[in-house]
Amino acid sequence: MLLRLFLTFAKIGAFSFGGGYAMIPLISHEVVTANGWITMDEFIDVVALSQATPGPIAINSATYIGYKVAGFWGSLAATAGVVTPSFAIMLILGFLFYKYRDVAFVKDIFRGIRPVVVVLIVSAALSVVPSTLTGVIPGIVAAVSAALILGFKKDPVLVLLAAGALGLILYL
Amino acid sequence: MIPLIRRELVERRRWLEDGEFVDLLAIAQSGPGPIAVNTATVTGYKIRGKVGAVAAVLGAAMPSFLVILAFASVLVRYKNAPAIDAVFRGMRPAILGLLVAAVWQVGKNSVKRATDLWYVLAGAVLLFVLRQGPVTAVFTAGLMGVVAGYIERRTAAVKAKGQDSTTEGGSASARTQGQNPAAVNQKSLAGDRDTD
Repeated sequence: MLLRLFLTFAKIGAFSFGGGYAMIPLISHEVVTANGWITMDEFIDVVALSQATPGPIAINSATYIGYKVAGFWGSLAATAGVVTPSFAIMLILGFLFYKYRDVAFVKDIFRGIRPVVVVLIVSAALSVVPSTLTGVIPGIVAAVSAALILGFKKDPVLVLLAAGALGLILYL
Repeated sequence: MIPLIRRELVERRRWLEDGEFVDLLAIAQSGPGPIAVNTATVTGYKIRGKVGAVAAVLGAAMPSFLVILAFASVLVRYKNAPAIDAVFRGMRPAILGLLVAAVWQVGKNSVKRATDLWYVLAGAVLLFVLRQGPVTAVFTAGLMGVVAGYIERRTAAVKAKGQDSTTEGGSASARTQGQNPAAVNQKSLAGDRDTD
């Protein structure tokens, strides 16, 4: 199981580009759809927790899911897994960059990946709809959150914490 | 996160010069995985070699790891406590809002030219019609980008061949521009700033 956690998160680390939100669809695909380690509801909670706490979302979710599946060693295996490919690829890329200073090839790869990352985030948004749009109030919260970030340039962390506080008032 | 890293490495510790930092950031943002880890790897390597890279990555990953580990050990046990449940119920719809906002913000930076729409279309077909995983979509898009870049440069080279020396100079300068790391840096900086 530890090896499985390590390899799964290594795959996530190796194929997610752009950081942050761009990693969400990959993580959810692996841990919810492919391996069934947690439910979609729980995954959304992990994303909320990751966004509300400091640090990269990939490391946060690896630590949480690893812990949930196999305790402390699970969290260590998953976190090591998500970090290793980035580390190795960065060392190689850094070396090549200083040797050749030619990034045209890398630029070409990104020209294709960047637009597709947008589609990936759309798919992440669609995949959380059933668990998040459960009524009128959640619908309003979702719309207001998006509006606060886009229209009023509010920090997503603050928006998230405000929503949590609202939840405390409404549901407790 | 990036302004924080810059202030620490360039201004306070003076381990790197500003230009070096921008170069390293460009590499960090072209790699897969968390940008903080990538930045730690390249800057650590630049400052102290392989040992420096390992130390920097451990340092970058450790706080998140410990914070979430503490949260996880409490949450896994008390997930169903009414107060915790209420907070998460409140936050769930906000995540949808965050993602919608991210689609707009990332989209604005990543889909700029008309040709970018082809990649969007290919990605949508792979994900939603053919039901492929994200890895397949990313891999295909990268491959498409490489092929498109190759064809573009080839067409430009063929065109330049058929014309006189003035255009030859023009295409040469275009080529150097393509290879100019600083130009790429600025672009990827602007594009990725709000995604992590």
